[in-house]
Amino acid sequence: MDIKPADRAVLRKERVITDQMAGYITRSEELFYELKIQDVMTRNPKIVTPGWHMEEVLDLFRRAQISGAPVVAQGELVGVISIEDLIRWLRRGETMAFADEYMTRKVITVKASNPVIEALKMFAQTRVGRLPVVDDEGHLVGIITKGDITRGVLHALQSDYQAEEVRRYRASHLFQDIASDRTSLILRYEIKARDFTRAGQASSNIKRALLRLGATPQVARRCGIAAYEAEINLVIHTLHGGQILVEIEPSKIFIQAIDDGPGIPDIKLAMTPGYSTATEEIREMGFGAGMGLKNIERCTDSMVLESTPGVGTRLEMTIYLQPKQTTTPSEQPKEEGTHHDVAGNH
Amino acid sequence: MTLQEIIDNLNLTCLTEHKDFSQIIPESGYTSDLLSCVMAGARHHAVWVTLQSHTNIVAVAALLELSAVIITEGATPDQETIAKANEEGITLLWTQKPSFYVVGKLWEMGLREG
Repeated sequence: MDIKPADRAVLRKERVITDQMAGYITRSEELFYELKIQDVMTRNPKIVTPGWHMEEVLDLFRRAQISGAPVVAQGELVGVISIEDLIRWLRRGETMAFADEYMTRKVITVKASNPVIEALKMFAQTRVGRLPVVDDEGHLVGIITKGDITRGVLHALQSDYQAEEVRRYRASHLFQDIASDRTSLILRYEIKARDFTRAGQASSNIKRALLRLGATPQVARRCGIAAYEAEINLVIHTLHGGQILVEIEPSKIFIQAIDDGPGIPDIKLAMTPGYSTATEEIREMGFGAGMGLKNIERCTDSMVLESTPGVGTRLEMTIYLQPKQTTTPSEQPKEEGTHHDVAGNH
Repeated sequence: MTLQEIIDNLNLTCLTEHKDFSQIIPESGYTSDLLSCVMAGARHHAVWVTLQSHTNIVAVAALLELSAVIITEGATPDQETIAKANEEGITLLWTQKPSFYVVGKLWEMGLREG
């Protein structure tokens, strides 16, 4: 196709498709542009030569169960003969007739390297049932029908579907496929003190990673909120920032927030809703509501907070992936939000 | 009630990329300027009314999958915050009116805590 540079610019501009518009374009429509005619056509089609008797053509159509064939002479495409031509011949009752007397000579062809949409357009314009496919030199390389296009698109959709299945399977079966006594995946995040611009980024990434690994939206959200509060605490309160470690196992997610100071002098007081040591400046930004630890407690199945003033703080949070954990027979089913263990709170 | 109706009724300015707001149906409302309170109280797909305008509102909104954040009192987020919101698909709406007025209007329209 010969496109002038100016036209090309216009075309490109039209290719800008918003997400919303893209929603209306189905995958099969997209495939009409992606797939080439040569990907879906029938190769080495049955051919007829002009000298064939119509009787032989009828025989071929019956044996091969086809309704049309290209007519080729000396390697060149000279016509197409179809079941309609056979009907015309039969109605006339001519006994001695040859293919070249009944075939269509004005052959419409499509190029093998063109997208399938070109063949579809041709079918719509001409109402023919089959189109001979030629290469760039005009030699016959195949034949295409609407049936070939349907099959080709279905086949492509099937491969798309399988590829997507494999991707999803790989991510969510990461653990099942790896044999070990205990498999876990650890994500590490370095959190900078006082960096309020990047605060929340680690927890966003944690949530995204969990969803990717096949966690339910609820579990991902709970982990996200718990990690967010832990992350914000590291940003607000620590001397040198800290680290968030997320250990993902098939049965649970274990999140740790570790820092090297200043430490919490009174954990019980720190756990009291509304209590915060955040400065006025930090509170003005909406942080330091004194709700962070309570939120973590609410979102996790177990929470352990250990701190030594002058040394540092370690916050451990566990979220189980199975709804009920009956690890020991004596363990009573607990109500949500109450099964936590806060060290130093007793 | 759709987010579009809320935008029209309260005459809100959309700071982020436009979406088809007539397809977004907020399920509840919440207001607070303390992020942890929002974390604890705001529901999934809620509309959050706040006068906070710094980057972290985007992180909170994204984690809670909120329908939109209405920033009140003419507080203006910086370009970085708006860019972050677009990246996360969060809608930031803006008004000169105080939170009290906005919440009152939303209540009048029928939005509840959920």
